[in-house]
Amino acid sequence: MSVLASVRDLAVAYRRDGPLALQGIDLDIMPGERLAIIGESGSGKSTLALAIAGLLPAGAVQEGRIGWPGLARAPLGGRDIGFVFQDPAGSLDPVMPVGRQVAEVARAHLGLSWRQAQERARELLARVRLPEPDAIRHAFPHQLSGGQKQRVAIAAAIAARPKLLIADEATSALDTIVQAEIVALIRQLVAEDGMTLLFISHDIALASELADRIAVFRAGRIVEIGATAAIVTRPAQAYTRALLDAHIGLDAAPLFSSERPHA
Amino acid sequence: MHEPLLAVSGLTKTFRRGGKAVPAVEDVGFAIMPGETLALAGPSGSGKSTIARLLLRLVEPDSGNIRFEGADWLALRGGALRSRRARLQMVFQDPNAAFNPRATVARVLDDPLRIHSIAPRSERPRRIAGLLERVGLPAGLAARTVHELSGGQRQRVAIARAIATKPSLIVLDEAVSALDVSVRGQILELLLALQREERIAYLFISHDLGLVRAFAHRLILLEGGRIAEQGDARAVVDAPRSAVGRALVAAAPKLVAGQERP
Amino acid sequence: MSRLARFLSVPEAASGTLILALLAAMALLAPVLFPGDPMRIAGPALLPPFQDWSLPLGTDRLGRDVLAELFHGARTSLAVGLAAAAASLAIGALVGTLAGFAGGLADEALMRVTDAFQTVPGFLLALAFVSIVGPSLGVVVAAIALSAWTGPARVARAEVLSIRERDYVAAARVVGMHPVEIALREVLPNALPPVLALSSVIVAGAILTEAALSFLGLGDPNRVTWGGMIAEGRTVLRSAPFLSVVPGIALVLTVLGIYLAGEGAVESSAVRKGLS
Repeated sequence: MSVLASVRDLAVAYRRDGPLALQGIDLDIMPGERLAIIGESGSGKSTLALAIAGLLPAGAVQEGRIGWPGLARAPLGGRDIGFVFQDPAGSLDPVMPVGRQVAEVARAHLGLSWRQAQERARELLARVRLPEPDAIRHAFPHQLSGGQKQRVAIAAAIAARPKLLIADEATSALDTIVQAEIVALIRQLVAEDGMTLLFISHDIALASELADRIAVFRAGRIVEIGATAAIVTRPAQAYTRALLDAHIGLDAAPLFSSERPHA
Repeated sequence: MHEPLLAVSGLTKTFRRGGKAVPAVEDVGFAIMPGETLALAGPSGSGKSTIARLLLRLVEPDSGNIRFEGADWLALRGGALRSRRARLQMVFQDPNAAFNPRATVARVLDDPLRIHSIAPRSERPRRIAGLLERVGLPAGLAARTVHELSGGQRQRVAIARAIATKPSLIVLDEAVSALDVSVRGQILELLLALQREERIAYLFISHDLGLVRAFAHRLILLEGGRIAEQGDARAVVDAPRSAVGRALVAAAPKLVAGQERP
Repeated sequence: MSRLARFLSVPEAASGTLILALLAAMALLAPVLFPGDPMRIAGPALLPPFQDWSLPLGTDRLGRDVLAELFHGARTSLAVGLAAAAASLAIGALVGTLAGFAGGLADEALMRVTDAFQTVPGFLLALAFVSIVGPSLGVVVAAIALSAWTGPARVARAEVLSIRERDYVAAARVVGMHPVEIALREVLPNALPPVLALSSVIVAGAILTEAALSFLGLGDPNRVTWGGMIAEGRTVLRSAPFLSVVPGIALVLTVLGIYLAGEGAVESSAVRKGLS
């Protein structure tokens, strides 16, 4: 069975003599799978996403290997890998209409003419279920809601038909209802286009709804990795167990004793 | 039958954005009893934060009444309002933004003690140490700048600041949303312990229905600035009657053991 | 690493600081190394540099020691630069903060005044002011500050407007802090750093403006200034170019030093922030 990307002994530090954000990471990403990276703050989950996408900042030090057996050459951002960031406002150019931003990605990576790129952009905006794609492609990011901006970001990320879609806390800044819609959208697009999905999140329940496999990160290392069912029902590590227990679901016991303060 | 600690009626606020009127809160009314936790939940833009800001008098309503501890809260101004603020405090969502970047923990906790003359200067360091201990922080943290602390520690300092004046009501505006889940549980335990011991009422604003169901006594669901549904927290979440309630419950992430492929 | 060590590890900061340190040394040591009046006759007129080692940079048209004039000129440039910057920052911060807090009509009025001062070209304003009031060091400083205050004013106002909306200011209100205390303890100390960041640009601009005014003969006639030296050398530019070139180089190096140090400060504070 071929592997899309193989990470071997990856270590990352943001400064030459700084603390390690990641160490000893061994991971295979299988083509077509939906892999969730779960961790709390400082776990290194976002660092992994950036390292795989080649987006680490200039001064960062990276050791180990990230191999791409499926590709003939090193992966091209935008073309082979699409990236959706947490902050929808931060990843879009504030002075360019959103339709044009999506079209630029298509034009740059697919070699389309302007006309073709614009048409593709319109299709994509409709695919991510934005209302009135013809009108909205002239809108500027600040005129859209958080959820709409994130849909635009997703459209731009998949415009060049990448093999791998990385969503780095892509729904963390959205409210619950919009979050569920965006997750459903990502699930659908990934299935339709046969993309591989790397889903970074701090929310293990959200990940369990979307992913085939879950990798639990802590302080820059992998704690546990396995099929979603196994991780959720029979976690091998105490830390994973603690994360699962900390999730307060709709069926959780009340936190306070049942007597009311006034009767 | 006790008198409500807080009674709100007809609260309305409309914001003007570039010529257009955006109604943020429309005709909202509710009550909170002493020592009770009332949750406000709803999608973004539903008015939760605006209601918090109206209660804290950070912004003034267009119309409505607020009675707090038996007195007309909106009628207070200037020095009278400032001194009554000791009874109604708030913990903010973002532990990064809630503190002056230059402040030390000691100064943050000294301010309420000084402003409300709770202790003379000589006694304040002892009180500050007591507050830190109360929220589970070592007294030695007092000399550090707030920004040197972790997110969980900062939220504890925020809680210490809020309880320093012995309020009867604290507004928790998404106070645990920005914390790691492993830390969240401890903060919630702390808040519950304080509620039991000091009989503090909470207005708990959150988008997380699971959390609301486990933490609050009663729940109000908001949509578009209006109350869509209210009642016992567990009852509302277990069987929502409003469309927004059903949508929120359906959207809440659930731990599932494995997927079918679509 | 301490902040100073980190600052000096950035190449721009190190080189800029070196140049400015030299300039400061020149200014401070001038009366020690070259006691007496630098404008007195020290030797034969138009002596080229590097000929007589008691007059290393030669003499000007009247026989004054060029090196002594250079050192004493550094005092004037530095004094004017720092004083004008301090005045501009103080006036600008005051106006901007008032506007930011007052809001409404007062804010509008103050901003229109700022607009008025900003639309007049700074140098022309300084020129007009000095021409009317008369040339002296204090007047030159005031003339430069007259237009340079608008930049700090806008930055201060923007900062105040932004900080007023922050959670920690709301927290101060919730705790019951008096509005004046909020302004002085919560807002101002956090609003000032970006305003102070303008100081390097203002100092450099002030030094150049002073040199230009002196060049035009509107500087303080009782003091040696680099601008004045350049003006003096104009008439003998063909035969003794060093008279204008040397103070010109000093000006260039000074402004360069200020910009490098300013850039270095930005670099070193930016390097600290990384992805957390």
